[in-house]
Amino acid sequence: MAPSISTFRRAICTRVNASRFLASPSPFRNFSSSTEDSTPFTVDIAVPFKGHKIEPPPQVVETSAKELMTFFKDMSRMRRMEIASDQLYKSKLIRGFCHLYDGQEAVCIGMEAALTREDNIITAYRDHCTYLGRGGTLPEVFSELMGRKDGCTLGKGGSMHFYKKENGFYGGHGIVGAQIPLGVGLAFAQKYEKMKAATFLLYGDGAANQGQLFEALNMAALWDLPAVYVCENNHYGMGTAEWRAAKCPEYYKRGDYVPGLKVDGMDALAVKQAVRFAKEHALSKGPIMLEMDTYRYHGHSMSDPGSTYRTRDEISGVRQERDPIERIRKLILFKEIATVSDLKNIEKEVKKEVEDAVAKAKESSPPDASELFSNVYVKGYGSQVFGCDRKHSTATLS
Amino acid sequence: MGLSSIAYDLGSGLNGPMSISHLSSPRQQLAFSAKSCTGSRACITVRAADGNSGSMRAPPSTVRASKLVTNAVAVKSETASIAATKSGHELLLFEALREGLEEEMERDPRVCVLGEDVGHYGGSYKVTKGLAEKFGDLRVLDTPIAENSFTGMAVGAAMTGLRPIVEGMNMGFLLLAYNQISNNCGMLHYTSGGQFTIPVVIRGPGGVGRQLGAEHSQRLESYFQSVPGLQMVACSTPYNAKGLMKAAIRSENPVILCEHVLLYNLKERIPDEEYVCCLERAELVRPGKDVTILTYSRMRHHVLQAAKSLINKGYDPEIIDIISLKPFDLHTIGNSIKKTHKVLIVEECMRTGGIGASLRASIMDNFWDYLDAPIMCLSSQDVPTPYAGTLEEATVVQPPQIVKAIKQLCG
Repeated sequence: MAPSISTFRRAICTRVNASRFLASPSPFRNFSSSTEDSTPFTVDIAVPFKGHKIEPPPQVVETSAKELMTFFKDMSRMRRMEIASDQLYKSKLIRGFCHLYDGQEAVCIGMEAALTREDNIITAYRDHCTYLGRGGTLPEVFSELMGRKDGCTLGKGGSMHFYKKENGFYGGHGIVGAQIPLGVGLAFAQKYEKMKAATFLLYGDGAANQGQLFEALNMAALWDLPAVYVCENNHYGMGTAEWRAAKCPEYYKRGDYVPGLKVDGMDALAVKQAVRFAKEHALSKGPIMLEMDTYRYHGHSMSDPGSTYRTRDEISGVRQERDPIERIRKLILFKEIATVSDLKNIEKEVKKEVEDAVAKAKESSPPDASELFSNVYVKGYGSQVFGCDRKHSTATLS
Repeated sequence: MGLSSIAYDLGSGLNGPMSISHLSSPRQQLAFSAKSCTGSRACITVRAADGNSGSMRAPPSTVRASKLVTNAVAVKSETASIAATKSGHELLLFEALREGLEEEMERDPRVCVLGEDVGHYGGSYKVTKGLAEKFGDLRVLDTPIAENSFTGMAVGAAMTGLRPIVEGMNMGFLLLAYNQISNNCGMLHYTSGGQFTIPVVIRGPGGVGRQLGAEHSQRLESYFQSVPGLQMVACSTPYNAKGLMKAAIRSENPVILCEHVLLYNLKERIPDEEYVCCLERAELVRPGKDVTILTYSRMRHHVLQAAKSLINKGYDPEIIDIISLKPFDLHTIGNSIKKTHKVLIVEECMRTGGIGASLRASIMDNFWDYLDAPIMCLSSQDVPTPYAGTLEEATVVQPPQIVKAIKQLCG
């Protein structure tokens, strides 16, 4: 579906990419579009949706200046956060596993734009940005990554275990695919409690080959649970490209009897449209599968350079042509919602925010030694820790 | 205060540093602390208190009873138990489980059951019979055959506040769900910093049945016992089955309720009034003074069968059904050991890495000074359970072996 473009606008679009963001022709243009302006306008989604056993949603999405500015700021913050995490890992302040999400920010931002906090999100280990999107704060993230007590899970979870129950964020899971049955359980609970909300289960192209995904999908479809399967397809399961791992790398079709939709995951507005569509479907007809075509710039984790199984040209190519933040920047500039220097200021602001948060997290102390034994069991049994010796009611460390 | 300074001593290394306040006399405390020097895990030589080296325990595998009792499970407990007076009602163990389950489902609308054939079929062992008609298909959910996923689903539902009960048609099938049980069920309360509680109950029949074959005769207690965050109990009579079911459902922790295939038809009179058993308390089945016999699940009944013969021969065994497999009720067990000074553990678990192995280590760590003889442990053989009836009987501990062990222990 080619966007209808007036010749006037075509003339001012010198860069190939900008042509994707041309709005439907309108004789009027806000003389001064404020960044707080919530007046809706429509934007065409460049890459067409592809449907499997379903009619895709329209290729136009409604947005506003305010929303775009929020997208820009939030995605910049996420990008900065991941880069800062990279540096912290290299300085050995973050240890163990650190899976970075930069490049994929549009997925979680687009989702948040279409969902409420009543809806649940559950994801795997690449969860830093998803956590932020769900209302997490930067100091909580950095403290947790550095294993300090002010972290979101008291320093005991680490990079792969971020949770925020009150905002409907259920983690944060290390074992590939294991979060999917959990997510179906969340959807089951929503149906049980008759809530008008859905659960979004995120997984990667690597996890898409897990058996438990299909077991859980069968159950979700059988009982019409409000579960939306979201495959964040960044095309590589650690070092294995999707075509080497899956006979059918069209993940949106893998649901077979469950309808699917393929979405350009680098376009936050496309994600927003698809997620809204999916939520409606899940609440009325049952599960649906979304495939977000996205890309990660970093390797699988910090111990993976990310260049042994893909070329640097590929990575830089995607960065140039499909970067989610750049798209929003161009759209904002094109719509004259803000100027280049405004956006640069926002980036500076965000950089400072991240640096402050890192500094604050560095000052935080590691968890108390007694925290080793807390929360193994729920309190209320007069014991903090049960080994096989019931008498261990308190741990005393010499 | 660094974590590297924790003293993991006394050989087993299972527990952290010991609190010695339970030892009464300063002499005992001194003796205790002398043994608990940090650093070396001394090889503990077994020595009886009167100075003689303990006699070597008889390896149970070579004991062949002259006459195997094959219907031990149908024995009604005639010894003193916590069971009620004549005013209660009589029922079978699976009915007791169902009663407990039904009462809890009525009491709390968040309680739901899921498993294979629990709904319309009524449960493969009839534990959930009639519940789907009463509470509806969503609360008594028939799942497809996907243990990993529906266990994960139960954990996910529990994260939001529901209280699901997962029924494994046979405990052995839950091995497929081990990842969900260990990593999600056991750990989420910890890794989420206390944000999520996982009040699931995972239950199902395990143990060696009647020639069910190796894969359907598994004892998973030993696999789950080292998963942090889980609690585990084993029921053995209708009274404790109902009480433990209710307690497990009300618990905020994930609880594994181990039932036994051969005990479902055990009959007992239980109270009419509502009661809940304690998940961490062992049951004193028969008080005595010669020897402490620790057992659980089906072996309790084998022990009781053996006890009849032992009592006739003049022994006075104290029989404790440990009930709580994780954590052990070392309070009850300890009090008993302080009285009798001799311990025999009779379990259906495998010898290697079983419940008995952990219990032995725990007892040695805590009650070393009270023991007059090495702790004997009768367990099942470390073999896959054979199909042939005679071989299957030899796999598990039989009452004559228990009698022989006591004779050896007590003289």
